[in-house]
Amino acid sequence: MVKVFIYPATSLMLSDLVARFGHEPLGSALSIRDHIQTPGFDSPPLQITPEDPKKGLRWAAVEVPSGVRGRMSVYGPLLDAAEAAIIVNDAEFAFGCMGCARTNELLIFRLKQKEIPILDLVYPKTQDEGVAFVASIKSFLKELGGGEE
Amino acid sequence: MKEYIPEYVGSVTKYVFVDSPDTTPQDLAIAAYEVAMGVMIKETCFGIQVTGSPDEVSRIIDALRKLDPYHIFVKDRGFPPGDQRRCRANLGGARPGYLGHEYEIGLARFISYGLRETDTMNDNDLLKAAVPIRRASPLDIDDLSTIIETEEA
Repeated sequence: MVKVFIYPATSLMLSDLVARFGHEPLGSALSIRDHIQTPGFDSPPLQITPEDPKKGLRWAAVEVPSGVRGRMSVYGPLLDAAEAAIIVNDAEFAFGCMGCARTNELLIFRLKQKEIPILDLVYPKTQDEGVAFVASIKSFLKELGGGEE
Repeated sequence: MKEYIPEYVGSVTKYVFVDSPDTTPQDLAIAAYEVAMGVMIKETCFGIQVTGSPDEVSRIIDALRKLDPYHIFVKDRGFPPGDQRRCRANLGGARPGYLGHEYEIGLARFISYGLRETDTMNDNDLLKAAVPIRRASPLDIDDLSTIIETEEA
Protein backbone atom coordinates (compact mmCIF):
# COMPACT_ATOMS: atom_id res chain seq x y z
CA MET A 1 0.00 0.00 0.00
CA VAL A 2 1.45 3.31 -1.14
CA LYS A 3 0.60 6.68 0.42
CA VAL A 4 -0.76 8.80 -2.42
CA PHE A 5 -1.20 12.55 -1.95
CA ILE A 6 -4.31 13.81 -3.71
CA TYR A 7 -4.78 17.30 -5.11
CA PRO A 8 -7.33 18.89 -4.64
CA ALA A 9 -6.76 17.55 -1.14
CA THR A 10 -10.50 17.43 -0.42
CA SER A 11 -11.37 15.54 -3.60
CA LEU A 12 -14.04 12.88 -3.17
CA MET A 13 -13.32 11.14 -6.47
CA LEU A 14 -9.55 10.94 -6.02
CA SER A 15 -9.89 9.80 -2.44
CA ASP A 16 -12.34 7.10 -3.49
CA LEU A 17 -10.37 5.86 -6.50
CA VAL A 18 -7.06 5.66 -4.60
CA ALA A 19 -8.68 3.72 -1.75
CA ARG A 20 -10.70 1.57 -4.16
CA PHE A 21 -7.54 0.41 -5.94
CA GLY A 22 -5.85 -0.55 -2.68
CA HIS A 23 -3.71 2.45 -1.71
CA GLU A 24 -3.92 5.08 1.01
CA PRO A 25 -5.19 8.52 -0.05
CA LEU A 26 -3.60 11.45 1.79
CA GLY A 27 -6.20 14.20 1.89
CA SER A 28 -6.75 17.20 4.11
CA ALA A 29 -9.38 15.37 6.22
CA LEU A 30 -6.61 13.31 7.84
CA SER A 31 -4.74 16.39 9.04
CA ILE A 32 -7.91 18.19 10.09
CA ARG A 33 -8.89 15.10 12.09
CA ASP A 34 -5.50 15.16 13.84
CA HIS A 35 -5.95 18.84 14.65
CA ILE A 36 -9.43 18.55 16.07
CA GLN A 37 -8.70 15.38 18.04
CA THR A 38 -5.70 16.91 19.82
CA PRO A 39 -6.44 18.53 23.20
CA GLY A 40 -5.23 22.08 23.77
CA PHE A 41 -6.86 25.47 23.76
CA ASP A 42 -10.11 26.23 22.00
CA SER A 43 -9.41 27.75 18.61
CA PRO A 44 -12.34 27.36 16.23
CA PRO A 45 -13.17 26.70 13.47
CA LEU A 46 -10.42 24.29 12.43
CA GLN A 47 -8.46 24.16 15.68
CA ILE A 48 -5.60 25.99 13.99
CA THR A 49 -3.66 27.54 16.85
CA PRO A 50 -0.99 30.28 16.85
CA GLU A 51 1.57 27.44 16.96
CA ASP A 52 0.64 26.24 13.49
CA PRO A 53 2.20 29.06 11.44
CA LYS A 54 5.42 28.30 13.34
CA LYS A 55 5.18 24.63 12.40
CA GLY A 56 4.55 25.75 8.81
CA LEU A 57 8.10 27.17 8.72
CA ARG A 58 9.25 23.65 7.91
CA TRP A 59 7.66 23.94 4.45
CA ALA A 60 7.47 27.69 3.80
CA ALA A 61 9.99 30.49 4.27
CA VAL A 62 9.61 33.01 7.10
CA GLU A 63 8.62 35.84 4.75
CA VAL A 64 5.66 33.77 3.47
CA PRO A 65 2.38 35.09 4.97
CA SER A 66 1.24 33.36 8.15
CA GLY A 67 -1.99 32.30 6.40
CA VAL A 68 0.01 30.17 3.99
CA ARG A 69 2.28 28.85 6.74
CA GLY A 70 -0.75 27.95 8.85
CA ARG A 71 -2.25 26.04 5.95
CA MET A 72 1.07 24.33 5.31
CA SER A 73 1.01 22.98 8.87
CA VAL A 74 -2.10 21.08 7.77
CA TYR A 75 -0.73 19.86 4.43
CA GLY A 76 2.97 19.60 5.34
CA PRO A 77 2.85 16.33 7.29
CA LEU A 78 0.93 14.75 4.40
CA LEU A 79 3.50 16.11 1.95
CA ASP A 80 6.29 14.50 3.96
CA ALA A 81 4.48 11.17 4.09
CA ALA A 82 3.56 11.14 0.38
CA GLU A 83 5.16 8.43 -1.75
CA ALA A 84 3.24 9.38 -4.90
CA ALA A 85 0.76 12.04 -5.94
CA ILE A 86 -2.22 12.55 -8.22
CA ILE A 87 -2.84 16.15 -9.26
CA VAL A 88 -6.03 17.27 -10.98
CA ASN A 89 -5.29 20.56 -12.73
CA ASP A 90 -7.77 23.42 -13.16
CA ALA A 91 -10.20 21.99 -10.63
CA GLU A 92 -12.93 24.60 -10.41
CA PHE A 93 -13.94 23.81 -6.86
CA ALA A 94 -10.36 24.27 -5.63
CA PHE A 95 -10.79 27.97 -6.36
CA GLY A 96 -10.58 29.97 -3.17
CA CYS A 97 -9.09 33.00 -1.50
CA MET A 98 -5.55 34.23 -2.15
CA GLY A 99 -4.25 32.32 0.90
CA CYS A 100 -5.62 29.07 -0.48
CA ALA A 101 -4.38 29.86 -4.01
CA ARG A 102 -0.81 30.53 -2.85
CA THR A 103 -0.84 27.46 -0.60
CA ASN A 104 -2.01 25.35 -3.54
CA GLU A 105 0.81 26.71 -5.72
CA LEU A 106 3.36 25.99 -2.99
CA LEU A 107 1.91 22.53 -2.46
CA ILE A 108 2.24 21.58 -6.12
CA PHE A 109 5.74 23.07 -6.25
CA ARG A 110 6.83 21.07 -3.18
CA LEU A 111 5.29 17.89 -4.61
CA LYS A 112 7.21 18.31 -7.87
CA GLN A 113 10.42 19.03 -5.97
CA LYS A 114 10.02 15.79 -4.07
CA GLU A 115 10.73 13.59 -7.11
CA ILE A 116 7.99 11.09 -6.44
CA PRO A 117 5.76 9.56 -9.15
CA ILE A 118 3.13 12.15 -10.08
CA LEU A 119 0.08 11.77 -12.30
CA ASP A 120 -1.27 14.99 -13.84
CA LEU A 121 -4.92 14.99 -14.92
CA VAL A 122 -7.96 17.14 -15.53
CA TYR A 123 -11.50 16.31 -14.47
CA PRO A 124 -13.58 14.45 -17.09
CA LYS A 125 -16.44 16.22 -18.87
CA THR A 126 -17.70 13.32 -21.01
CA GLN A 127 -18.10 9.56 -20.63
CA ASP A 128 -15.05 8.87 -22.81
CA GLU A 129 -12.98 11.23 -20.68
CA GLY A 130 -14.35 9.39 -17.65
CA VAL A 131 -12.89 6.13 -19.00
CA ALA A 132 -9.54 7.85 -19.67
CA PHE A 133 -9.58 9.40 -16.18
CA VAL A 134 -10.23 6.12 -14.37
CA ALA A 135 -7.88 4.14 -16.63
CA SER A 136 -5.07 6.67 -16.02
CA ILE A 137 -5.45 6.45 -12.26
CA LYS A 138 -5.84 2.67 -12.27
CA SER A 139 -2.74 2.05 -14.39
CA PHE A 140 -0.73 4.65 -12.42
CA LEU A 141 -1.64 2.97 -9.12
CA LYS A 142 -0.92 -0.49 -10.55
CA GLU A 143 2.57 0.67 -11.57
CA LEU A 144 3.19 1.82 -8.00
CA GLY A 145 2.66 -1.78 -6.86
CA GLY A 146 1.59 -3.03 -3.47
CA GLY A 147 -2.09 -2.32 -4.06
CA GLU A 148 -4.94 -4.75 -3.86
CA GLU A 149 -8.46 -4.67 -5.20
CA MET B 1 -9.52 31.19 25.40
CA LYS B 2 -10.68 28.05 27.16
CA GLU B 3 -9.44 24.50 27.41
CA TYR B 4 -10.32 22.38 24.39
CA ILE B 5 -11.34 18.80 25.11
CA PRO B 6 -11.85 16.92 21.84
CA GLU B 7 -14.70 14.47 21.30
CA TYR B 8 -14.56 11.08 19.59
CA VAL B 9 -10.79 10.83 19.99
CA GLY B 10 -9.36 7.88 18.03
CA SER B 11 -12.46 7.59 15.84
CA VAL B 12 -12.62 8.06 12.09
CA THR B 13 -15.51 9.46 10.09
CA LYS B 14 -16.16 8.53 6.47
CA TYR B 15 -18.60 9.93 3.99
CA VAL B 16 -20.35 7.41 1.76
CA PHE B 17 -21.87 9.12 -1.29
CA VAL B 18 -24.27 7.39 -3.61
CA ASP B 19 -25.31 8.55 -7.07
CA SER B 20 -27.27 5.64 -8.41
CA PRO B 21 -30.60 4.89 -10.07
CA ASP B 22 -30.96 1.76 -7.93
CA THR B 23 -29.56 2.59 -4.50
CA THR B 24 -30.77 5.34 -2.17
CA PRO B 25 -29.18 6.78 0.97
CA GLN B 26 -31.88 4.91 2.93
CA ASP B 27 -30.77 1.59 1.41
CA LEU B 28 -27.21 2.39 2.46
CA ALA B 29 -28.26 3.31 5.99
CA ILE B 30 -30.28 0.09 6.42
CA ALA B 31 -27.45 -2.02 5.00
CA ALA B 32 -24.95 -0.28 7.29
CA TYR B 33 -27.14 -0.81 10.38
CA GLU B 34 -27.40 -4.51 9.49
CA VAL B 35 -23.63 -5.03 9.74
CA ALA B 36 -22.69 -2.26 12.20
CA MET B 37 -21.47 -2.82 15.72
CA GLY B 38 -20.90 0.20 17.95
CA VAL B 39 -20.60 2.88 15.29
CA MET B 40 -22.56 6.05 14.67
CA ILE B 41 -24.40 6.15 11.34
CA LYS B 42 -26.04 9.30 10.04
CA GLU B 43 -28.19 9.29 6.91
CA THR B 44 -27.93 12.42 4.76
CA CYS B 45 -29.37 13.60 1.46
CA PHE B 46 -26.33 12.32 -0.46
CA GLY B 47 -25.57 9.09 1.41
CA ILE B 48 -24.42 8.38 4.94
CA GLN B 49 -21.67 9.24 7.39
CA VAL B 50 -20.11 6.50 9.48
CA THR B 51 -18.15 7.28 12.65
CA GLY B 52 -16.37 4.70 14.78
CA SER B 53 -13.14 2.78 15.28
CA PRO B 54 -11.02 2.58 12.11
CA ASP B 55 -11.34 -1.21 11.77
CA GLU B 56 -15.09 -1.23 12.23
CA VAL B 57 -15.64 1.65 9.81
CA SER B 58 -13.43 -0.02 7.24
CA ARG B 59 -15.42 -3.29 7.56
CA ILE B 60 -18.73 -1.47 7.07
CA ILE B 61 -17.40 0.47 4.07
CA ASP B 62 -16.24 -2.77 2.43
CA ALA B 63 -19.74 -4.22 2.91
CA LEU B 64 -21.46 -1.10 1.56
CA ARG B 65 -19.28 -0.88 -1.55
CA LYS B 66 -20.56 -4.31 -2.63
CA LEU B 67 -24.14 -2.94 -2.83
CA ASP B 68 -23.45 -0.82 -5.88
CA PRO B 69 -19.71 -0.80 -6.58
CA TYR B 70 -19.73 1.64 -9.49
CA HIS B 71 -21.97 4.24 -7.88
CA ILE B 72 -20.75 4.44 -4.29
CA PHE B 73 -17.91 6.83 -3.45
CA VAL B 74 -16.15 7.10 -0.11
CA LYS B 75 -13.93 9.75 1.44
CA ASP B 76 -12.57 10.67 4.85
CA ARG B 77 -14.07 13.45 6.93
CA GLY B 78 -12.10 15.34 9.56
CA PHE B 79 -15.03 16.36 11.75
CA PRO B 80 -17.54 14.01 13.34
CA PRO B 81 -21.22 14.49 12.34
CA GLY B 82 -23.00 17.30 14.14
CA ASP B 83 -19.81 19.12 15.15
CA GLN B 84 -20.85 22.67 16.00
CA ARG B 85 -17.99 24.16 14.02
CA ARG B 86 -19.18 22.55 10.80
CA CYS B 87 -22.82 21.50 11.16
CA ARG B 88 -25.15 23.72 9.14
CA ALA B 89 -27.72 23.52 11.95
CA ASN B 90 -25.45 25.88 13.87
CA LEU B 91 -24.00 27.89 11.01
CA GLY B 92 -26.93 28.34 8.64
CA GLY B 93 -26.69 27.95 4.87
CA ALA B 94 -24.72 25.26 3.11
CA ARG B 95 -22.12 23.45 5.19
CA PRO B 96 -18.53 24.48 4.34
CA GLY B 97 -17.28 21.89 1.90
CA TYR B 98 -20.73 21.18 0.50
CA LEU B 99 -20.04 23.07 -2.72
CA GLY B 100 -17.03 20.87 -3.43
CA HIS B 101 -19.15 17.77 -2.97
CA GLU B 102 -21.86 19.23 -5.17
CA TYR B 103 -19.33 19.86 -7.94
CA GLU B 104 -17.74 16.43 -7.76
CA ILE B 105 -20.96 14.46 -7.48
CA GLY B 106 -21.86 16.06 -10.82
CA LEU B 107 -18.91 14.15 -12.28
CA ALA B 108 -19.99 10.87 -10.70
CA ARG B 109 -21.80 9.68 -13.83
CA PHE B 110 -18.59 9.91 -15.88
CA ILE B 111 -16.51 8.23 -13.19
CA SER B 112 -19.12 5.47 -12.74
CA TYR B 113 -19.08 4.85 -16.49
CA GLY B 114 -15.26 4.80 -16.41
CA LEU B 115 -15.23 2.33 -13.52
CA ARG B 116 -17.63 0.00 -15.32
CA GLU B 117 -15.70 0.13 -18.59
CA THR B 118 -12.25 -0.34 -17.02
CA ASP B 119 -13.35 -3.12 -14.67
CA THR B 120 -12.65 -5.88 -17.19
CA MET B 121 -9.64 -4.27 -18.89
CA ASN B 122 -6.21 -5.87 -18.68
CA ASP B 123 -3.01 -3.87 -18.18
CA ASN B 124 -2.47 -3.24 -21.90
CA ASP B 125 -6.03 -2.07 -22.47
CA LEU B 126 -5.73 0.24 -19.46
CA LEU B 127 -2.58 1.82 -20.88
CA LYS B 128 -4.30 2.32 -24.24
CA ALA B 129 -7.37 3.86 -22.58
CA ALA B 130 -5.29 6.14 -20.36
CA VAL B 131 -4.92 8.86 -22.95
CA PRO B 132 -4.20 12.33 -21.56
CA ILE B 133 -7.27 14.56 -21.75
CA ARG B 134 -6.56 17.55 -23.97
CA ARG B 135 -8.60 20.70 -23.71
CA ALA B 136 -8.82 23.17 -26.60
CA SER B 137 -6.32 25.96 -26.04
CA PRO B 138 -7.81 29.37 -25.18
CA LEU B 139 -8.38 31.85 -27.99
CA ASP B 140 -5.15 33.56 -28.95
CA ILE B 141 -5.14 37.30 -28.16
CA ASP B 142 -4.05 38.20 -31.70
CA ASP B 143 -6.87 36.12 -33.18
CA LEU B 144 -9.31 37.89 -30.85
CA SER B 145 -8.11 41.34 -31.90
CA THR B 146 -8.36 40.28 -35.58
CA ILE B 147 -11.97 39.17 -35.03
CA ILE B 148 -12.80 42.46 -33.33
CA GLU B 149 -11.19 44.50 -36.10
CA THR B 150 -13.00 42.47 -38.79
CA GLU B 151 -16.34 42.99 -37.04
CA GLU B 152 -15.75 46.72 -36.75
CA ALA B 153 -14.84 47.14 -40.41
